[in-house]
Amino acid sequence: MPAYLLKDVSPLGESPVDVLLADGVIGALGAPGTVDAPAGAVVVDAAEHVLLPGLVDLHTHLREPGREDTETVESGTRAAAAGGFTAVHAMANTSPVADTAGVVEQVWRLGQEAGWVDVHPVGAVTVGLDGERLSELGAMAESKARVRVFSDDGKCVHDPVLMRRALEYVKAFDGVVAQHAQEPRLTEGAQMHEGIVSAQIGLAGWPAVAEEAIIARDVLLAEHVGSRLHVCHLSTRGSVEIVRWAKARGIDVTAEVTPHHLVLTDELARGYDPAFKVNPPLRTADDVAAVREGLADGTIDIVATDHAPHAREDKDCEWGAAAFGMTGLETALGVVQQTMVDTGRLTWADVARVLSAAPARIGRIDEHHGRPIAVGEPANLVLVDPAATRAVDGGAQQTASANTPFQGRELPGRVVATFLRGRATVLGGTPVPAEGAG
Amino acid sequence: MKHLLAAHDLSLDEAILILDTASQMAATQSREIKKLPTLRGRTVVNLFFEDSTRTRISFETAAKRLSADVINFSAKGSSVSKGESLKDTALTLHAMGADAVVVRHWASGAPYQLAHAGWLDAAVLNAGDGTHAHPTQALLDAFTIRRHLVGRRGGRRGGRHGGAGGDGVGADLKGLRIAIVGDVLHSRVARSNVRLLHTLGAEVTLVAPPTLLPIGIEAWPCATSYDLDETLARWHPDAVMMLRVQRERMSGGAGAFFPSPLEYARRYGLDQRRLALLPEHAIVLHPGPMNRGLEISAAAADSPRSVIVEQVANGVAVRMAALYLLLAGGSSAEGTL
Repeated sequence: MPAYLLKDVSPLGESPVDVLLADGVIGALGAPGTVDAPAGAVVVDAAEHVLLPGLVDLHTHLREPGREDTETVESGTRAAAAGGFTAVHAMANTSPVADTAGVVEQVWRLGQEAGWVDVHPVGAVTVGLDGERLSELGAMAESKARVRVFSDDGKCVHDPVLMRRALEYVKAFDGVVAQHAQEPRLTEGAQMHEGIVSAQIGLAGWPAVAEEAIIARDVLLAEHVGSRLHVCHLSTRGSVEIVRWAKARGIDVTAEVTPHHLVLTDELARGYDPAFKVNPPLRTADDVAAVREGLADGTIDIVATDHAPHAREDKDCEWGAAAFGMTGLETALGVVQQTMVDTGRLTWADVARVLSAAPARIGRIDEHHGRPIAVGEPANLVLVDPAATRAVDGGAQQTASANTPFQGRELPGRVVATFLRGRATVLGGTPVPAEGAG
Repeated sequence: MKHLLAAHDLSLDEAILILDTASQMAATQSREIKKLPTLRGRTVVNLFFEDSTRTRISFETAAKRLSADVINFSAKGSSVSKGESLKDTALTLHAMGADAVVVRHWASGAPYQLAHAGWLDAAVLNAGDGTHAHPTQALLDAFTIRRHLVGRRGGRRGGRHGGAGGDGVGADLKGLRIAIVGDVLHSRVARSNVRLLHTLGAEVTLVAPPTLLPIGIEAWPCATSYDLDETLARWHPDAVMMLRVQRERMSGGAGAFFPSPLEYARRYGLDQRRLALLPEHAIVLHPGPMNRGLEISAAAADSPRSVIVEQVANGVAVRMAALYLLLAGGSSAEGTL
């Protein structure tokens, strides 16, 4: 593995320096021209490029085991590397469900073998995601996968007693329950956000209150039992306000927003293109404004992709028959730059917080990821050219599925290189397989 | 017009053109020989993903009266029991050279996808999709209303052209008041009627229990009411359109939309007493099939004010007009009839 000398790079968008990556860590950092490249080092001209800690996704669907036709750990993590990530949390709604130590260890091992990013499996809260009894959370926590995030994502842990027990139980190993907030009865048959557009185009509504009611309940439960709670893909103004209230009250809650909820609205459903069908649904322009404000003021802690690859036949059909979900790993950073950085709402240092440091801390992987850019720190880094632009083409992405809602859209920024413990997983914008990776 | 997908898409001129063409078509239907040669050699496919004998027969009759070849393609299947996909069906019809596809589908938006996904280049006629739209139903309702309330003497308010012909040819529905009563939430008929009647200049009030009005209805170009008696007694509608209440809306325990059929009939059913509240000239419509005794009493359904049977006949004329305008093109039906 060669050393890399990144010349004239701007860590977190600040003044240019030279950064040497060697032996898996940041070996040296100094004013331009002051850092010597060892023999054999690869010199990267990184002028005008931004250096961030490697991105961490708390919410990825890698689909393996079970739906390898749509994504594998290998293809999904390659997509992650291409998007600038060095760690992803793989959601539990696979087949079989990741509700035992055996399955989470399998996913963890597949991640190790692929070598693109660190894969941290999420454990299912309940057996089979059925919402009826707790999975063996402790066994998953103690497995090689060292699971700390538990979620029935795709389904809501809607039984209040079960949710209380889960919140309490995971305290024993410093875990967190990541809730998919969706009141099931209020969303039976739901197809899109319930409002003016759904009324007009005749698709069954998914009301904001179905999300907000669960978040309100859960923050109060978390307060009552003194646990930490993470809210997945929050999407409405009301949800932002509830989380803001809960934080002001001292409740240990964190929240995430997806890139798509930062920019897309329910108006896109008018063409009945299932590329825009997602759960929670795309909301109104007012909700988009609210989640941007929430992310800017820290109410929302992180951006997480909810990367959800789907087979073409599950999107090339009637809206009502189509699957929920959209890919996101390779477009996340561009959307965040477009909506938050280029608009002045966030600095690059803030981006490092919401896409790396904070999700690493929530997932309890912050010893290795989301670290400061300083000598001696692990060389988990991403190099971004913020001046570049690109048109999104779902078919040309690394992910095995093409269901991007950004098809044909122009997004700013380009991931030039990603480093995982000093190894370039992406260089010159192109993924570089690990030697001997299977 | 390449397709007929939703009432929303129709301009005032287009809507009036369809209604006027339907008048010409209706006139031909009183002849001894009802069949016209207009669409000879053209192929119309009735593609029904949802059962609807009435609508299918109406379209089939319309296409046959225009001498088109008609193929009935019943492709039942739902998101639960998937048969052939919409895409494969469309590619098949394309390969067979269909000129027009009349589509009825359980999924809102399926006709829009057929028209726009690039699978098919035939004209697409929406024969009802999910809870979205049913434009030919709205057109036949408007045609029936115009015929009774604008064309004939006794029309209280009349259309924009004072001297409208026998069927109100050339006229819009300006100034007419239409009450639409019942399950608006799940009704593609209500959605299409609100849009088309608005385009034609009529005023619409939707009357329903609050549970059966959609969230977001405030953006619709109409008024709403929870009180049928007050609407009938104080607003003096020129026409009342009763919507079918699906039986499954009453079941489902906690999810039921109203407490019981009896309570629904008491509060929102059109019975003899409510019929008497209507102005002398007012007519009663229902898209069918009716639940007699629920949303409409037998007495109301069979009263002289009821134009429900006539709606069926007008449905054929309106669908002939739509097929003619989409397939034979041209801005006027004159000279070919």
